[in-house]
Amino acid sequence: MTAVNEAKTTVTVTIDGKSIEARPGELLIKVAQDNGIYIPRFCWHERMKPVGMCRMCLVEVDGIRGFPPACTMPVSEAMVCHTDTDSVKAAQDGVLELLLINHPLDCPVCDRGGECPLQDTTLAFGPVESRFVEEKRHFEKPIAISDLVLLDRERCIQCARCTRFADEIAGDPLISFVDRGDHTQVLNFPDDPFSSYFSGNVVQICPVGALTAKPYRFKARPWDLATVETSCTTCAVHCRGAVQSSSNQIVRLLGVDSEPVNQGWLCDKGRFGYEHVHSAARVLTPRVGGREASWPQALDAAVAELKSAKNLHGGGAIAMIGGASGTNESAYAWARLTKGVIGTDNVDAQLGDGIAAEVVLGSDRAQISDLDNAAAIVLCAGDLKEELPVLFLRVKRAALELGVPLVDLSAAPHGLSKYVTHALGAAPGEQGLVAEQLASAIGGATPANETIAAATRSIGSREGNIVVILGRTSLAERDDTVVSAAAALGALPRVRFLSALRRSNVHGALEAGLAPGFLPGRVSLDSGRVHFTSNWGSVPAERGLGTEGILRACAEGKIHVLVLVGADPLADFPDRSLAKQALDTVGVVIAIDAFETPSNRRAKVFMPCTLWAEQGGTVTNLEGRVQRVSRKVSASGLALDDWRIASELAQRMGSDFDLETVDEITEEFSRVAPAWAGASTATIRNARDGVVLPFADHLGEVVFRRGGSSLDIEYSLSWEPIRADGDDVAVEASDVDETAEIDRTIATEDALTLFVWDRVVAPRSIPQRDAYALRVNVGRKLYDGGRIVAESPSLVGLKKAPTMLVSSADAARLGVLSGESVKATSSRGSITVELKAARGIAPGTASLGFSADGTGASELIDASVSVTDIRVETLR
Amino acid sequence: MSFTPENLARAQSVIAQYPDAHSAILPLAHIAQDQDGWLTTEAMAEIADLVGTTPADVQGVCSFYTMYKRRPCGKLVVSVCTNVTCLVVGGPEILEHLNDRYAADDDVFVEEVECLAACGNAPAMQVNYEYHEHLVPEMAAAIVDDYKSGVLQPRGVSGGLK
Ligand code: SF4
Ligand code: SF4
Ligand code: FES
Ligand code: FES
Repeated sequence: MTAVNEAKTTVTVTIDGKSIEARPGELLIKVAQDNGIYIPRFCWHERMKPVGMCRMCLVEVDGIRGFPPACTMPVSEAMVCHTDTDSVKAAQDGVLELLLINHPLDCPVCDRGGECPLQDTTLAFGPVESRFVEEKRHFEKPIAISDLVLLDRERCIQCARCTRFADEIAGDPLISFVDRGDHTQVLNFPDDPFSSYFSGNVVQICPVGALTAKPYRFKARPWDLATVETSCTTCAVHCRGAVQSSSNQIVRLLGVDSEPVNQGWLCDKGRFGYEHVHSAARVLTPRVGGREASWPQALDAAVAELKSAKNLHGGGAIAMIGGASGTNESAYAWARLTKGVIGTDNVDAQLGDGIAAEVVLGSDRAQISDLDNAAAIVLCAGDLKEELPVLFLRVKRAALELGVPLVDLSAAPHGLSKYVTHALGAAPGEQGLVAEQLASAIGGATPANETIAAATRSIGSREGNIVVILGRTSLAERDDTVVSAAAALGALPRVRFLSALRRSNVHGALEAGLAPGFLPGRVSLDSGRVHFTSNWGSVPAERGLGTEGILRACAEGKIHVLVLVGADPLADFPDRSLAKQALDTVGVVIAIDAFETPSNRRAKVFMPCTLWAEQGGTVTNLEGRVQRVSRKVSASGLALDDWRIASELAQRMGSDFDLETVDEITEEFSRVAPAWAGASTATIRNARDGVVLPFADHLGEVVFRRGGSSLDIEYSLSWEPIRADGDDVAVEASDVDETAEIDRTIATEDALTLFVWDRVVAPRSIPQRDAYALRVNVGRKLYDGGRIVAESPSLVGLKKAPTMLVSSADAARLGVLSGESVKATSSRGSITVELKAARGIAPGTASLGFSADGTGASELIDASVSVTDIRVETLR
Repeated sequence: MSFTPENLARAQSVIAQYPDAHSAILPLAHIAQDQDGWLTTEAMAEIADLVGTTPADVQGVCSFYTMYKRRPCGKLVVSVCTNVTCLVVGGPEILEHLNDRYAADDDVFVEEVECLAACGNAPAMQVNYEYHEHLVPEMAAAIVDDYKSGVLQPRGVSGGLK
């Protein structure tokens, strides 16, 4: 089906008298659908392999006896097919009557009622009455197959969509059919729940109400929901989704099928994390000195602090951390406020847990879809399954289904380990070194070892680009190992990078200039100085500090005002003791946040901001794709959008942005930011899959929506891939409503060159590990102590206390039993943690999850040293 | 109970016979069932571990086959056919008789099965998958009693020769 040479030829088939061109091998059901002929189905799903289980799609094909299922029938030249003859209708009647034999008629109390494919299909294709008078089968009504998903086996029609999804797509075959005949049921193994990170998808694709999601159960009826298309911004993948609300409460997020981004899937943290928006812990009123205040009071108080610090000590005495959790427009407004008005370059959207902005902004970039036909994928990042779940699915698919070699530089086992074809076995902190060996082997030098030789051979035998997924490999190492890996690999001709920074809109924030040394639109402070001075009035004189430097300067008393925009350094910065020192010492904290956190608890001024689905605008994902997010519910309490807070502050500081709406910011952003040149609100609004930055290079790829800017989902279709309407190819601007104003010419008079990273890295040496110590790898977990999990009732219970994994050899050497609590001590501090012996951990190393709540690993890490070595003692 | 060392060795040699370890699920389930008398939850989990899949997958495969017993079934599995041919010559009466007689006997598990392909000598039954044909209820009971008393040597509950 996927063979490349087939793509060129076509066959002609006739369906219901209509002559249709198709690719040979394409499935009849798909060919028919693409040509406006709907063949009913339950088990077939476009994103999964066909199984022919439900028999709903029976058709007649001339020359073939009986009724072949259209979902398993590949088209061939001159095939003549009928989907609506009397005998096909009789077959459909029969299938539906059989399916309904055991299906309870409890639609009025079923969550699927109103959007149920079985209801709809029965109405459209089924018999009028059932002849079945016997007793239906009975099962205990709903059983929990996981903490999030309930199963009502009586309603199941055995289509195997859920079990196939679990196995084929998620790689977690934790549910399967059990028993046979009329006892067949979907089930998990006793005490082994369907705890996949992707479990919510089975609820969406189940064609009946057998699978329901706990957070949505009985919350609403589909016809009462208002829907708008948006992106999930829980992590940096930005999966497309349709957010639905009822009475101003978000009740559900459905996955929307965007070919270049998420292919319809969502992870559970993204799908159910909307709950945190309605958390009772939201701060809804501004506060000054811990007491509730009005907005004018809060803004004035903040401005007073900013002005006095600036007047007394200069703009450099003010620093801002954060800005990665809002929209591009908010990030831009904050960049303009801090860099253009306050005059400080001590601004960083990352929390010392990412990689240098130079590398992210200045390297050749890949898109997510490049993974599908890459020469190889090189993993130089944390555990994608934990950090960027839906990207994990895409990489897994590329490796498993599309045969792309997976080359792994990781120092600890991770979600993709079992799909890796070339494990290069880098020790913690040595990914850079191994990357250099790999790069020189690819460049023609004699490979350092047989694994590298094998990886080089398989890369050499394939066309396409080498996609390096680049993220922070471990929070217990400085980013320099990743940076040197990027420098080594980036020098090769075919290499493209896909950033694996995970935080929400961090890429949008970096593109907006929320990083030291940068201005909006991927330009450095120096090269953009003239341009932005003329647009903004002024820019900082010299390059400032990143988060680590800011925290150090706070601790040393050099920074007087710290502005935290949705940032919680005590929880997220890898070195807790430095963060604590900084926050204990700094004079004034100004917080813009939706929740009170340990970091902002003693903020002088607290300004409540809106969250996802309360604010509209655009966001930029890890491949640089700009997509729209929509506002679905009104702001909670007195919360304001971050951009409005920035622009109010600017005005009080004597600089009027004159920006009243999100669209006006987008327009200004596209006018002044070089990477955004050529963009307009209309382009972004009408681009079905968004636009990749830099705009000018990617406008040709844009697929425009046919009309309107929001996706209108027919609720009955939520079980099938939900797609935004759009033309398959880019159309001329004049053909499209609302896109007439697109200006594709880029203002050239002040054209600036986009920043390119020079790949110069400082030489680094990795300290020797002494024989008794373990070198620890610290990675993020999906269900961590962060706000989204903590404030979403359905997710909070999924958080597990981190365990430390060691090799069984080390466990034996240390004399500890798997499951025992131990004391782990680094040069920085010690913690008590449960230890487990695990496969795949190299002797001399340990792997530990980051709790993101200010406890655990962050008490061991010293941000100034390149690796973290620990001693382990038993508590006995 | 987990595999005894001998059975674990047997399991490993079975796995080695297949290019894909997954294919060894069925023979391994037989070994486990012969060892424990039924297919325990722990056994399915251990098999999953040995062949590199999830316990849910093993459960799915094994539950498809009625010859794997996922509940304790005593020492003797007595399968009485009540399909058409046996039906007309007394299969159901044999079933009823055995059911009554061994209702309180934990060693004997009587089950109703579909055609055993022994229609020529109906009615038929199997005891641990060994055929007995041309039966009447009392005769069937006598055969089961012979197995119980050791006059007849039963096979394993998976039908394998002990
Ligand atoms: S639970 Fe739903 S998706 Fe799964 S097999 Fe049954 S009907 Fe299909
Ligand atoms: S992978 Fe990321 S963007 Fe996608 S649903 Fe999950 S959290 Fe949201
Ligand atoms: S859709 Fe074809 S058999 Fe189910
Ligand atoms: S019907 Fe009983 S053996 Fe065939």
